[in-house]
Amino acid sequence: MAAADVTTDGPLESATHPQTTRSAVIVGGNRIPFARTGGAYVKSSNQDMLTAALDGLIARFGLQDERIGEVAAGAVLKHSRDFNLTREAVLGSALSPETPAYDLQQACATGLETVIGLSNKIKLGQIDSGIAGGVDSASDAPIAVSEGLRDILLDLNRAKTTVQKLKIIGRIRPKDLAPDAPNTGEPRTGLSMGEHQALTTAQWKISREAQDELAYNSHRNLASAYQRGFFDDLITPYRGLNQDSNLRADTTLEKLSTLKPVFGKNLGSEATMTAGNSTPLTDGASTVLLATEEWADAHGLPKLATVLDGEAAAVDFVHGKDGLLMAPVFAVPRLLARHGLTFEDIDFFEIHEAFAGTVLSTLAAWEDEEFGRTRLGLGGALGKVDRAKLNINGSSLAAGHPFAATGGRIVASLAKMLHEKGMVDGRPARGLISVCAAGGQGVVAILEAA
Amino acid sequence: MTDKYTQLVSQGLGKDVAKKLGLPQPVVLRRHHPGAPLVTGPVLVSGDSAGADDLATTMLGWGLDVRRNALPKEKLGAIILVLDAVQHPADLGKPVLTAGASLRDLSPNARVITISRTSQSARTPATAAARQGIDGLLRSLAKELRAGATANGILLDEHEDEHLATTSPSALGALRFFLSGRSAYVDGQFLTIGSASGSLPHDADKPLAGKVAVVTGAARGIGAAIARTLHRDGARIVAVDIPAAGDHLAAVANEVRGTALQLDISRDDAGHRIIEHAVERHGRLDIVVHNAGITRDRLLANMDEGRWQSVIAVNIAAQLRINEALLASEHFKDSPRIVSVASTSGIAGNRGQTNYGASKGGVIGMVRSTAALMEPFGGTINAVAPGFIETEMTAKMPFAIREAARRLNSLKQGGRPEDVAEAIAFLSSDSAGGISGEVLRVCGQQLVGA
Ligand SMILES: NC(=O)c1ccc[n+]([C@@H]2O[C@H](COP(=O)([O-])OP(=O)(O)OC[C@H]3O[C@@H](n4cnc5c(N)ncnc54)[C@H](O)[C@@H]3O)[C@@H](O)[C@H]2O)c1
Repeated sequence: MAAADVTTDGPLESATHPQTTRSAVIVGGNRIPFARTGGAYVKSSNQDMLTAALDGLIARFGLQDERIGEVAAGAVLKHSRDFNLTREAVLGSALSPETPAYDLQQACATGLETVIGLSNKIKLGQIDSGIAGGVDSASDAPIAVSEGLRDILLDLNRAKTTVQKLKIIGRIRPKDLAPDAPNTGEPRTGLSMGEHQALTTAQWKISREAQDELAYNSHRNLASAYQRGFFDDLITPYRGLNQDSNLRADTTLEKLSTLKPVFGKNLGSEATMTAGNSTPLTDGASTVLLATEEWADAHGLPKLATVLDGEAAAVDFVHGKDGLLMAPVFAVPRLLARHGLTFEDIDFFEIHEAFAGTVLSTLAAWEDEEFGRTRLGLGGALGKVDRAKLNINGSSLAAGHPFAATGGRIVASLAKMLHEKGMVDGRPARGLISVCAAGGQGVVAILEAA
Repeated sequence: MTDKYTQLVSQGLGKDVAKKLGLPQPVVLRRHHPGAPLVTGPVLVSGDSAGADDLATTMLGWGLDVRRNALPKEKLGAIILVLDAVQHPADLGKPVLTAGASLRDLSPNARVITISRTSQSARTPATAAARQGIDGLLRSLAKELRAGATANGILLDEHEDEHLATTSPSALGALRFFLSGRSAYVDGQFLTIGSASGSLPHDADKPLAGKVAVVTGAARGIGAAIARTLHRDGARIVAVDIPAAGDHLAAVANEVRGTALQLDISRDDAGHRIIEHAVERHGRLDIVVHNAGITRDRLLANMDEGRWQSVIAVNIAAQLRINEALLASEHFKDSPRIVSVASTSGIAGNRGQTNYGASKGGVIGMVRSTAALMEPFGGTINAVAPGFIETEMTAKMPFAIREAARRLNSLKQGGRPEDVAEAIAFLSSDSAGGISGEVLRVCGQQLVGA
């Protein structure tokens, strides 16, 4: 097996162009429809949903009893019982029980990072096939007991006699019984993700209309993709759901414009972020089958796209230098530069819609001359994204966003779009994925039609 | 899964009570499983033609316990009545009465099988009368048999210069099918052998080894059973069903180690998609089973256009369109097989099912007409017409109607999806290569219309 020939010379801003002899192809994907929290999957655990997504993938590609090189997946909201989530899902699936697996967690970038990690292993010659994935349930989220109750329960566990135990139980007060509900607040700022984005949205002066329009397009594009049968080989129904339950095919700009703002109400500027232009909490799971070209050929499987490369970035949102969800703004120019590409060379842009404001702030930053010069170290603005190439089959505002499952959703859909597009001006069609994540992180990647 | 009534009346007190009340007494039918013997006891071959001698010799070669004359009081597994040389109704008496004398010695689930020639090919009125007389004789005899025993007939066709032997490959194939538990719910039926094509399998337990089979409507019911049975017989399975049934489809595909193709068969490109999937994933396409079907029952006086059109579209128009693609494909030229699921409603009619009856009658017409188009490359096309089969669909019928439907046949019980599947597996096999354009009913000799 050919080892990859990677050269790193010096403290460059990014790694140099990797010289690899193998490419990692995307064979296809499978996800379950995404369900709004408290809906169809209210009784499903992360493991249930990941197993279902895996089994659908196995059925689609005939992988029963197959020993896959490695399966990597993860969840953002995890129970302690989920300590070996991916391996447990593999054991519950139709794959060979000799398939190894590992869990990964990088907030909302988890899914995309599993794709990048496994494709790197494939390119390096460590594995010939891999399944990347992610799952999240906000319905079945772990609920922590209060710190007071936790102390008492731990003491109780250590107590030896009944008298000791009764004494300890007597310490429980009503207030101890209120559970700590999970929240998506940032530990270092105490602000929710929505409030963080509201700061950025205001900073970049993104209008309510522009956000509503992006949300509207997301629903419209996703609905028409469903109607075309685009998802027929990307989704397997689950628990009676065969479409993303958040999708409102009949929504209108008027309806969206009547929704009350929910974030940024105390910023002094107009509050523009509503439940309509923010993603709801969602449950779901997705998987992507990756392989070498040889493995795909030997198994008679399609080769939709290749994973060209990926890049991660992080920002200092704690001190307010950049917005919480703006890291992709920095990752993308680095990744493009590594491959000598510009926006002109990209045919599809898949920018995860955490909030409409996130996408629009990102685009605004890339279009800003001064930001390009001072923050990105470029001669001017990075460039303008052609809106006709942006999220053309819908994105998270319509589909929903089960955190770790979003990466797999985007990768599988984009791979299919690239395959359908084929060649553009004598080169393979290219797509750019950008996913922002909690903690001020972001992961981006480029795929090419295969 | 035996129905409760059959269970109750098959044993102890229930059996006595049922007998006294003159209630129907269904038995648990003998069904095939890998390794099961062809018959449960000695086989009496009656008839004194050369064809009878040849057949007896062949069956001895199979290791069966063959008798040319009945031994007093010996329990028989089957009686084979070879009547291939009758020329006048007067010729029937002796062999038929001889066989009749042994009927009381049949063990439970035994078989009576006639072998004769088609009346259409007779050269004289007397010969035609004798041959057609066998039709009435057999259908009456089937109604006299008890305890799961069935009677079926094999008809040898005659062309100008081709005089089919009783030992021609498909006559033997049909004989083995009728003798075995595979034909448990086939009763009072004839199969016509049209040519000397076909060959018996090398491995009787894997007659479909090396074949790739597409089964439509495979997510549940009869289709799922067909997928399982063809897989058991050695075929690789492409399981097709509508995207909305994808979760059940994936479970079936994983169970049979095949691939799932989420596809609405009424789409214009369905035939193309099926061929592409089978060839790309499995390298070939040998068998297509058109099983997907729907009912939208209404009395014709109350029938709306939607109900009428959807049933025609799915049950027959889709099959016609897919067959066109198959016939045009270079990948469907190696002795391929098409088997369509019709219905006894398409033969005898059923109140409230004018649309369904039209579609299923249409299937029979299509099969008869397509046979000639398949012949040049050794292909065959046949239909299987199920009677009352215990599925989720029929489980929803009102109790009284369901009970009546169940009992109104010679075997006094509903069939199982596997019974339909067994007939389809046989017609898909090499040993049925000489059978084409035929309709085989799997209905337990339904009393109405059959
Ligand atoms: N159950 C019976 O007693 C009986 C009797 C006679 C004939 N049949 C025939 O047997 C066949 C199977 O019947 P069943 O009882 O298993 O029915 P079923 O309803 O349980 O299963 C039919 C399957 O076909 C699928 N299907 C429907 N439309 C489709 C389409 N456009 N594309 C792809 N798949 C589609 C359905 O999703 C379903 O999974 C049908 O053709 C039916 O008419 C059944």
